[in-house]
Amino acid sequence: MALLVLAEHDNAALKPATQNSVAAARKIGEKADASEIHVLVMGHQARPVAEAAARIEGVAKVILADAVELGPLTAEILTAQVLLQLQAEHYSHLLAPATTYGKNLLPRIAAKLDVQQISGIIDVLSPTTFVRPIYAGNALATVEGIAGAIIVLTVLSTGFDASPMSEITTPIESAKELAKDSAGVRLVGRQLASSDKIELTAARVVVSGGRGLQKAENFQLLEALAAKLNAAVGASRAAVDAGFVPNDYQVGQTGKIVAPELYIAVGISGAIQHLAGMRDSKVIVAINKDPDAPIFQVADYGLVGDALEILPQLTAQL
Amino acid sequence: MKLLVPIKRVVDFTVKVRVKPDGSGVDLDNVKMSMNPFDEIAVEEAIRLKERGVATEIIVVSLGPAACQETLRTALAMGADRAILVETDAELEPLAVAKLLKQIVAKEETQLVILGKQAIDDDSNQTGQMLAALLDWPQGTFASKLEIAQGKATVTREIDGGLETLELPLPAVITTDLRLNEPRYTSLPNIIKAKKRPLASLKVSDLQTDITPRLKTQKVEAPQPRKAGIRVNSVEELVSKLRQEAKVI
Repeated sequence: MALLVLAEHDNAALKPATQNSVAAARKIGEKADASEIHVLVMGHQARPVAEAAARIEGVAKVILADAVELGPLTAEILTAQVLLQLQAEHYSHLLAPATTYGKNLLPRIAAKLDVQQISGIIDVLSPTTFVRPIYAGNALATVEGIAGAIIVLTVLSTGFDASPMSEITTPIESAKELAKDSAGVRLVGRQLASSDKIELTAARVVVSGGRGLQKAENFQLLEALAAKLNAAVGASRAAVDAGFVPNDYQVGQTGKIVAPELYIAVGISGAIQHLAGMRDSKVIVAINKDPDAPIFQVADYGLVGDALEILPQLTAQL
Repeated sequence: MKLLVPIKRVVDFTVKVRVKPDGSGVDLDNVKMSMNPFDEIAVEEAIRLKERGVATEIIVVSLGPAACQETLRTALAMGADRAILVETDAELEPLAVAKLLKQIVAKEETQLVILGKQAIDDDSNQTGQMLAALLDWPQGTFASKLEIAQGKATVTREIDGGLETLELPLPAVITTDLRLNEPRYTSLPNIIKAKKRPLASLKVSDLQTDITPRLKTQKVEAPQPRKAGIRVNSVEELVSKLRQEAKVI
């Protein structure tokens, strides 16, 4: 039995979420008789990505589909490439990270295969049975695939520890056929956060700010604390809507879902939608002026007070 | 250009749902239901496109029990022209919804479908992408900005790293993200006007589509509750607890 994991990358570097998806594939493989995990890297001048993928523990083979047409990483052409790979070899499962990349791409592939995808799994109970959060994580559904030629899954990284990188490199094969048709879709451009910021979904510590910070400038206080803690900076929807920070900071039901060792929520009230994005953090600290803020119900340590006063003090004491 | 906006009736976003003790699902008795927030944004965007002269007719469609008529009437009150209810009490998986919507697109000859990116009950985030695949149309998901001109849709998308802008030839499928727009409130005069707008009802069997479920939900449970936390009284105490007790710093 072979499982195919779609690598997430930006043509230059592999994204860590790929390792968590491989971990999920390994867990499926452990529950089946025998299995081989392949990683598909699709892009342009993406050899470094393939070389990194080839070092992920548990991977048996990497397939590299490299062409200028694949470079923009748009869903239509990537779908065509994956379908070619699924024709070239038989797979029992297809997995991708439940990131905006995987969420955009995988359902398109699933529908072309006439398969009902299972989104955002956090656990594997059997090769066909998985657990996934619903209703903003207020319920967990155990779901079994009962029909379909292949199981298609997106994987929430918070459910699976990343499969580590090893010294061993597995073979990299070139894709036998390359997709050419982008369906007329043109990538106009991207506006991305600087790559030297610590990635929110992979950080050990996250410091997050909400509307309680009152002004965009006050996020600097949060950034100072984050620097001391070597933490990533996140935000509530309210802070993004208010223009304090860009959208890629948003933690929540429809933003990023994180589960760091330490999550410090500053000036965040704790709406259901925000909790959905951070409730599985190991340790949660809440700092808020309002003693009745719902965030205190999930916090291990709660400090009532003015964030703007507390933040500099906290930074100084670390 | 005719626009189709599929909308879903879901548990209101303010409701914290409870799981039924027998593990069969979520308790929906007497729970407040509303239009899925992302679908409201989709309806709003469609109306703005009509106000700008880009769209000529907005058709909203919902698939589910008779109560979905309420949700459709809200969309009509916002400014949609016509509503279709595909009535069924069956639970529809995203693939089934996409297949049904494909039939509606064909019947109505729409050039653009705008959906919410995900329903806040199931949280699957699949239907729009699946519909695009079945129609073999390009897709612009998680849109925070949409412009239609000269047969193309220019979509700015919210992605994990920031923003991405794509140009798609029409016809296309768009899914909405939070910041695409702020939906308008429905005024009482518009609610009354909406009662006169057409709402057609179809039975799901009329669409001759296989909607048999492909997944079986074995059980639904509440997540592990967290241990109760404590209040600390000072920054010093917090730092000390994090160092000595929690050992995270």
